[in-house]
Amino acid sequence: MSDDVSTRFDRLPETAAERTVEERATRAEVLEWFEERFGIEPAVFESYTFWERGAGKIWIYHGELDSPVDIEGLGMTALRTRQEHWKPTLEAVQRFGHHANRNRIHLTEERAKRFMAGDDQEIEFEGDWGYLIVTHDLAGEPEPIGVGLYTYGELRSMVPKGRRREL
Amino acid sequence: MTVLERYEPLVDDVAAFHEACERSLPAAVRVNTIKTTVDRAKTALEDAGIAFEGSPLPGLFRLPDDQPGANWPYVHGWLHGQEEVSALPATVLGPQPGERVWDACAAPGSKTTQLGALMEDTGLLVGTDNNMGRVSALRSNAERLGVTSLALTVEDSRNHSLKPFDGELYDRALVDAPCSCEGTVRKNPDVLAEWSYDQVAGTAGVQKGILGRAVQATREGGTVVYSTCTFAPEENEAVLDFVLEAESCRLVPFEIPLDATPGITEWAADELDEPMVFDPSVEHAKRIYPHHNDTGGFFCAKLEVTG
Repeated sequence: MSDDVSTRFDRLPETAAERTVEERATRAEVLEWFEERFGIEPAVFESYTFWERGAGKIWIYHGELDSPVDIEGLGMTALRTRQEHWKPTLEAVQRFGHHANRNRIHLTEERAKRFMAGDDQEIEFEGDWGYLIVTHDLAGEPEPIGVGLYTYGELRSMVPKGRRREL
Repeated sequence: MTVLERYEPLVDDVAAFHEACERSLPAAVRVNTIKTTVDRAKTALEDAGIAFEGSPLPGLFRLPDDQPGANWPYVHGWLHGQEEVSALPATVLGPQPGERVWDACAAPGSKTTQLGALMEDTGLLVGTDNNMGRVSALRSNAERLGVTSLALTVEDSRNHSLKPFDGELYDRALVDAPCSCEGTVRKNPDVLAEWSYDQVAGTAGVQKGILGRAVQATREGGTVVYSTCTFAPEENEAVLDFVLEAESCRLVPFEIPLDATPGITEWAADELDEPMVFDPSVEHAKRIYPHHNDTGGFFCAKLEVTG
């Protein structure tokens, strides 16, 4: 994959007017997507910058650096763009998902374990189809675990193979 | 002579030293305060039925019965498996929120992510390692623990470039150097079979280069911490002695919540033609032996940059 070869990070342009690479997402689009899809307010990301490495993978970094920068990592991967449905990463959802107020699905302990093991499961959900933030109770409060894909009454676990656990 | 017998002249209780080195090391975890609080992590451990005990180091727990990894608080990045001595250098460095900090030997990231937590995930944290595979492991740990202020470079730390980071010097740097690792014998007994004096001598050269570069890359008045998990004075006090001579810095005293002995000022060994003599200030460094605190073995020194 191209993003495993390139070590160049390009900061996302603020808006479409400043865009120099045609398909590159803008900061405005990323903030709008987090707000529309999950209800995460743009203010949450005020002190963060967004960067693209390769084609489509967006990284979130807590700070500012001159762009482009040629290094091996910058903050954490946050979402995959340049595809019809943008997809957040498990890590970004665990880090920022508690700010979400829609397209969240809360699982029982038993279902949460199946989700973490990578299993798909049938479940009813009132919200939109597509990528959801999956939560369960941990230490008495809802805590985001990762990303699920909801279609046709089924929640598919998007937990990457390396993060799956039999708990 | 076995590798550990080489260090008998340095320890107070030779039998206890050998006996501790043969016991396996109890598992320990650090609470990742980027993603939770110590109190919530305790509740999650209790809910998961995992026994834990306090540690002299704040935010760490010993797990007498379990290994970290297969439980909810770990999966959420609330916990990171990290033994007690490994958590020392970051606390000795004491980075503050908003500072510029370099971790010169960062992979696989236990100490890097701890620095990020101490900085409250703000400021600039640069992690460097020369091995791409190890940097991938570091990236995975940093993402699981939710560190967003970390920039990673793959390069030889002896030639670390500040160019991607505006060329500005760091406030603090950590050199947790690659070493002969006898101090990890309780986790990995194979280290003793792999030990050779040639490797000690070669590694010491690398350590001097990295620590020297860390001092150069840190501003006047800034702090550099040097640590290893070897007992070998060639890789500890001798490295400090070299850098004190070559760079603008001095060793400073510091306190830790574990029992330790001072750095040594003289060292004689079969491999040496004549004894080594070190700058008297290396006594500010700390040697930690496995039998003193039921931990791994460790060495830690704190330097102030003076020019």
